[in-house]
Amino acid sequence: MATTTTTVPSAGPVAGSRSFLTKLRDGDEIARLITFLFAASVVLVTLLLVYELWRESYLPRHKFGFGFFITSVWDPIFDKFGALPFIYGTLITSIVSLLIAVPLGIGAAIFLAELAPVRVSDTLQFFIDLLAAVPSVIYGLLGVFVVIPLMREYIQPGLKNSLGFLPLFQGPAYGVGFLTAGIVLAIMVIPYIISVSREVLLSVPRDQREAALALGSTRWESTWKVVLPFARTGIMGSVFLALARALGETMAVTMVIGNTPTISASLFSPGYSIAAVIANEFTEATGDLYLQSLIELGLVLFLLTFLLNGLARLLIVLTSQRGSGMGQA
Amino acid sequence: MASVRSAVSVNITPPVATPPSREAQAPLVMRMTASKVNFYYGPKQVLFDVSLNIASNKVTSLIGPSGCGKSTLLRILNRMHETVRTSRVEGEILIDNQNIFAQDVTALRRRVGMVFQRPNPFPKSIFENVAYGLRINGTKGSISDAVEKSLRHSALWDEVKDQLHKSAYDLSGGQQQRLCIARALAVEPEVLLLDEPCSALDPISTAKIEELLVQLKDLCTIAIVTHNMQQAARVSDFTAFLLTGQLIEFNPTAQLFTTPTDARTEAYITGRFG
Amino acid sequence: MSHRLRWRKFVSHFMLTMTGLCAFVAVAVLFFILGYLLYHGGTSVSWNFFTKLPAPVGEVGGGMANAIVGSAKLLILACLLGVPIGFFGAIYLAEFSGGTTAFVVRYAADLLNGVPSIVIGIFAYSLVVLPFKHFSTLAGGFALGLMMIPITLRSTEEFLRAVPRALREGAMALGASKWKTIASVVVPAAYRGILTAVLLSFARVAGETAPLLFTAFGNRFWSSGWSQPTASLPVMIFTYAIAPYDDWHRQAWAAGLVLLGLILIINIVARVILSRGVAVPRT
Repeated sequence: MATTTTTVPSAGPVAGSRSFLTKLRDGDEIARLITFLFAASVVLVTLLLVYELWRESYLPRHKFGFGFFITSVWDPIFDKFGALPFIYGTLITSIVSLLIAVPLGIGAAIFLAELAPVRVSDTLQFFIDLLAAVPSVIYGLLGVFVVIPLMREYIQPGLKNSLGFLPLFQGPAYGVGFLTAGIVLAIMVIPYIISVSREVLLSVPRDQREAALALGSTRWESTWKVVLPFARTGIMGSVFLALARALGETMAVTMVIGNTPTISASLFSPGYSIAAVIANEFTEATGDLYLQSLIELGLVLFLLTFLLNGLARLLIVLTSQRGSGMGQA
Repeated sequence: MASVRSAVSVNITPPVATPPSREAQAPLVMRMTASKVNFYYGPKQVLFDVSLNIASNKVTSLIGPSGCGKSTLLRILNRMHETVRTSRVEGEILIDNQNIFAQDVTALRRRVGMVFQRPNPFPKSIFENVAYGLRINGTKGSISDAVEKSLRHSALWDEVKDQLHKSAYDLSGGQQQRLCIARALAVEPEVLLLDEPCSALDPISTAKIEELLVQLKDLCTIAIVTHNMQQAARVSDFTAFLLTGQLIEFNPTAQLFTTPTDARTEAYITGRFG
Repeated sequence: MSHRLRWRKFVSHFMLTMTGLCAFVAVAVLFFILGYLLYHGGTSVSWNFFTKLPAPVGEVGGGMANAIVGSAKLLILACLLGVPIGFFGAIYLAEFSGGTTAFVVRYAADLLNGVPSIVIGIFAYSLVVLPFKHFSTLAGGFALGLMMIPITLRSTEEFLRAVPRALREGAMALGASKWKTIASVVVPAAYRGILTAVLLSFARVAGETAPLLFTAFGNRFWSSGWSQPTASLPVMIFTYAIAPYDDWHRQAWAAGLVLLGLILIINIVARVILSRGVAVPRT
């Protein structure tokens, strides 16, 4: 190489004095810039999403304020919009789904983590991961043609006959309703509970289990009294995650819930959820207030799932810290 | 200085099955006996024809270099090896002349307790840790009395009596290990197995636990695995030396450390290998 | 054996059997869904299904050709948006970024991932539908692309990070610049995982219905270009399933079978690809 006195930038880390343009000729800087732009676009689009939700809901926010959340009237004709029936429906169906999915899911996770031989556990987990990939609309399809008739012909009448004195199980057996939606949601969130709980249980240190066994515990006692409590933060995280999914589920719910803005103590009653009403009425919404009320509902849903997801991830992180002996009981 | 290789070619006296009771005043009762134990992890054999006895109310230590099978042997005594699917045992192991494989494993583990290498208290309070075994097995009499008794036996009572409901994880490493000992003692085992109980602890905690072990002899029979020969010499009455899965020598501690009968034992205890 | 011990052992066996039952039930659901779809959908899938347009309402016959093409178009758009952003963004996170920026980007991605799909639809509506004053394939593709971004981003980042330092250092010691190292060594080393990530996120958005309801909307006929509303398989399933016509129900089953079959095959292929390669963190 001839020793010329050109302004070719040196290969060493002499960054400070170089101008922007000379840096640009360096392939690495361009790569950094380009990839940065892509990464930044993620942040931008997310911020934009929140902003749009906020901006496009200003009408009902100004008109109804906090009353939006406690009014139970949803009357598009008279421009009266209250979110309560949808919040109620979303919460009820999610709670019902968790009541079913959590015991089943944790039970399955215990089997996979503690009992099943490794290959069986991995194979079953593979199938459960596939279950998680089934789209909502397919669950809805089965909900309409399998679950609803089952509910209408067998389950609802059966519950009414045996437990009908409870307000929960009163009213006509339509087949659709809160309970049906809860059951379908339960099937949808079980895979998430199983996957996360299984991983959390597998990460509990061996010597906890061994200590329990060495004291003369049965296998169930060591699992129930020692391993599960050790993993309880992580398992709670999985439940929150499942809840966040249940809250946001749209298609399957809207196909089986009955789509009526009602608040009722009976689980047989048709109802509505936030996601379902948006799905059904968004394209029919006449007038800005109507549309923006639906958007405000979307904002509510966003905030709920945002909080839950954050909590869930925090809990799961906390368990993994405990596993290394850093945490406290 | 004889090399290890030449030690192998020397004519060795066969492993001693029963320690000669020269110095014992009372006749020795054998709490547990192991006869011709062979152990396999899948196809790999790890213990070869090991036979020894654990004398009642005495401390028996198992020493040997890393990987010699001492921990494996210990874990067979309370059937903890069964947590690994591919493990297989041949040979006979008796406690009070009863075959340990013929009885219910849960009942056996109440009689033969274990303390592990790293302290592993449960994520519960100090009280609940010690009470755990009592609660699952059921106990006559008051649980808090039994908890106090155990904590006194493990020399931890004075340090924790005012904070029984605090988390066990708030304790230091040495305290946690004494808690684990208390937890094991609470169910009143006949035999207590300790697997390198001090290897994760500082010297002061180690000394406290060694002191403890000598006192615990009166309560139960003790078998301890240790990689620290001085510890074995300090606390145990009988010592078994294992090497690559075989029992090389088994004698009263004083004898093994001063006049070992096998050249390999001598090589190990003088630090030529291990 | 004492009574108490006998009882405890009984409880142990009973409860552990119950957990086995739970696992069995969970997996059985999958096979039930598959079986049901195969049975009902299998009998309805026909050549017509793939080639004909929907018949006028109430008439028997017709197919979902436009929905199939529509879904394909939407997914192409989604990939065009989601994959580059996810891929290059992940390279930034794994190779160039500092701690704080990385945290912010990851946080935003996780946030985006957690947004319910219907809310993504609202966002796409206000960004793409409102300004142009009509539903469009573009809007639908945009919504789906948004959903692909976080999955692609986080998974790709994990796989890039899993490439051992030694590989990078080997290339750089030979004089390769950073971007050359990434392009010629790191990415190829992680390609299996990256491919899996893309496939899995593709499969996820292929089944999404909610964000399409008011972006791509629907169409009983062919949709030309990219700025017309278009039919899509998931939306057709929804519309047909809740309608009162038996023939539509049959077609919904067929569409469900095709859609689920596609999604499951992609999932299985993705996981097989992954298992053939180096063990890397699970998505």
